[in-house]
Amino acid sequence: MNDKIKAKLLKKSRAARTEQRGKFLSTTCIVLIIAIVIAIFGFIASHGLATFIVNKVNPLTFLFTSNWNPTVMHHGKPEVGALPMIIGSFGVTFLAVFLATPLAIGAAIFMTEISPKIGKKVLQPVIELLVGIPSVVYGFIGLTLIVPFIRHLFGGTGFGILAGTLVLFVMILPTETAMTVDALRAVPRHYREASLALGATRWQTIYKVVLRAATPGILTGVVLGMARAFGEALAVQMVIGNAALLPENLVSPASTLTSVLTMGIGNTVLGSAANNALWSLALLLLLISLLFNLVIRWIGRKGEIK
Amino acid sequence: MNAKKWDKISTLTLYTIAGIIVMILATLLIYILVQGLPHVSWHFLTTPAKAFQSGGGISIQLFNSFYLLILSMLISVPLALGAGIWLSEYAPNNWLTSVIRTAIEILSSLPSIVVGLFGFLVFVVQCHLGFSILSGALALTIFNLPLLTRNIEDALRSVDAAQREAGLALGLSRWETVVHVVIPAALPGILTGIILCAGRVFGEAAALIFTAGQSAPPLDFTNWNPFKITSPLNPMRPAETLAVHIWKINAEGIMPDAEAVSAGSSAVLVLAVLIFNIIARWVGNHIYRKMTAK
Amino acid sequence: MEKPQTYINDLTDTDYEIALATEHLKVFYGGKEALHDVSLRFPRYQISALIGPSGSGKSTYLRSLNRMNDTVNGARVTGRIIYRDLNVNDNQVDVFELRKHIGMVFQRPNPFNKSIYDNITFALRRHGQHNKKYLDQVVETTLKQAALWDQVKDDLYQSALALSGGQQQRLCIARAIAMQPDILLMDEPTSALDPISTAQVEETMLALKEKYTIIVVTHNMQQASRVSDYTAFFNQGHAIEYDATKRIFTNPHMQATEAYVSGHFG
Repeated sequence: MNDKIKAKLLKKSRAARTEQRGKFLSTTCIVLIIAIVIAIFGFIASHGLATFIVNKVNPLTFLFTSNWNPTVMHHGKPEVGALPMIIGSFGVTFLAVFLATPLAIGAAIFMTEISPKIGKKVLQPVIELLVGIPSVVYGFIGLTLIVPFIRHLFGGTGFGILAGTLVLFVMILPTETAMTVDALRAVPRHYREASLALGATRWQTIYKVVLRAATPGILTGVVLGMARAFGEALAVQMVIGNAALLPENLVSPASTLTSVLTMGIGNTVLGSAANNALWSLALLLLLISLLFNLVIRWIGRKGEIK
Repeated sequence: MNAKKWDKISTLTLYTIAGIIVMILATLLIYILVQGLPHVSWHFLTTPAKAFQSGGGISIQLFNSFYLLILSMLISVPLALGAGIWLSEYAPNNWLTSVIRTAIEILSSLPSIVVGLFGFLVFVVQCHLGFSILSGALALTIFNLPLLTRNIEDALRSVDAAQREAGLALGLSRWETVVHVVIPAALPGILTGIILCAGRVFGEAAALIFTAGQSAPPLDFTNWNPFKITSPLNPMRPAETLAVHIWKINAEGIMPDAEAVSAGSSAVLVLAVLIFNIIARWVGNHIYRKMTAK
Repeated sequence: MEKPQTYINDLTDTDYEIALATEHLKVFYGGKEALHDVSLRFPRYQISALIGPSGSGKSTYLRSLNRMNDTVNGARVTGRIIYRDLNVNDNQVDVFELRKHIGMVFQRPNPFNKSIYDNITFALRRHGQHNKKYLDQVVETTLKQAALWDQVKDDLYQSALALSGGQQQRLCIARAIAMQPDILLMDEPTSALDPISTAQVEETMLALKEKYTIIVVTHNMQQASRVSDYTAFFNQGHAIEYDATKRIFTNPHMQATEAYVSGHFG
């Protein structure tokens, strides 16, 4: 009896074999995902750096000059000043976030603190639906509603930074609101009760206690909104006017990193200087979205310590 | 007294802001549906698009959208399930795991156009798959994987640790316990995650314009042999989806009724997202209730 | 911290067969020693109780006996666990097979989200037992042993989650003994239950004693004195005293034990 059990215990069981197989399977999946991440960075970097290595363009020229004519060779180098697109991208992003954030915070406070019932029953499902609406639909609305409206108001074509801003504003408003609602809901109830019990008004409680406690969560939402706005391609491309020029004002045609990529990649030959320049834009886009990610992590870590 | 006054003013302001937001959002939804729904008819949904004349439909684009969705889900769900299991069950508590988590987070924050460009470089050019459904499905998989993995991991984690202990204490392997005990218990959460991701994939365009392509060659809906070029099932044919179609006809501007077709397509997309959301909610609540209170 | 005085009865003056024993067992969580050098010998077909205040290490000790601590991130167990003349705290030993021989019942009832029938037969089927007749029979005998058969025999295919807490816990006992283990570890099996259910589970334990060696962690000293034959008193990660239950509760060797069983601390 003893020896039989002993032998069984020392043999590899069926369960041990399934465990090994299962663990191998799931490890393979995770390794594959990591490989994809590395490959994305590797491929885009190798093409994006070609502008600087093969075509010998000074990175500073790329970042800080504003002549974008990648098919034109100037002293043996393509003209690739990406400043118009960089300004365009940051312009629409910051303006959109600037508009959306106060409204998102206001709406979130309304949904969690003032009227949780309407918030949960009516606003929540609507906002969830809007978060899920494809960005081309926002682009289409921009094209048929916002651009004509701007044209009517300011003259010109209607295409430009302002149209891009408004489209992105509508697009990130639901995202930011949803994130802010989550952040406010995560503030423990007893914070509010303690403040109200001390005689503070509801507004004082919201302003001094709830918003303070939820700041890291709200900031994360803001940066996430920025990241989404910055990376959005088609909706912006549809309304920005697509002129690789430094924007003169908010209603003159402009372009963003993503809009130039959307327009250009299909029209250039892989490996040409013009194509390499586009990949450099893609690399820049990749690095900036990485930066947004780092900022979010940094805010998250700060919030944890508190 | 002053504090009370402030309280009133701020409450009023908040009501105004909430009102503005509701108005913006409601206008948006109503605009899409009012503009679009009149164009949505059986004819619209079942007729192929026409390039230079009006009266075309979206049948091929609609089919392409669903086919791409299903294909990319077939690839991404098993992968995300495996990765989610690793993260929730096997990940050791060390620096490597946190690097892996960071990498997945970075992947989920990449702009979808970057994913599309990568797909173009790797699948379309390097692997010679060309502009095809397969390239598109693989790009969508990359787009979908990080979020789906996170959703699945969260769903698995929400299952009580006591369930795992119960399985392990019976001499079952962790893998068996996860597959036969934890996953069934987490099923409502997993399904909700999958459906919400499906909604996101369905409307994605930027990752597809350089992978699945921007053209929709005519299909022969009587030929279901996936190796025939006109077969709807052929994974090697270029396939413009509904979302790409909206972008394309507006960018090209050669279709006389582009605005009407875009409006109709937008309404269809929004309805699809709405349906995905409703199903996800229903799955979350209904199946959960059915599973626990039998 | 220096080692406190202990009194451990090594059972050499009895003729009990030893079902399970530990030698110098230590448990570390993240490098910190949570359990200090515990050597105990448990008699076959008897109930041994582990008592002590919260955080005394009694559950930690119990969970290392079937190597459940292996599953905890950052936990490490050193020392020997002797089962069938074999040190089972060894990577050579198949931990999954071991857990079939040393079953466990947990503090909170944790039936699977499956039918009553499947709860009992699921692991058996996974282990390759597909004979329907045999499975039916296992369900009946284990449920009878767990004193649950009469209440559920008509609802075998209903969800186990519809049962009351006490019934769920007895189902978990039935599920554990369906594996025909040698030894049954029970981690405060009644702490989540009402007094009536507790009494039923205790009765079940006494009935099971004929066929199984039971080691039970309990918070409840009355329970230890009611059901157990031997009792170990744990405090601050040490096994302070181990002896016949009667002795522990009437005339212990150690002052700390005396203070605890008379309710002066803990």
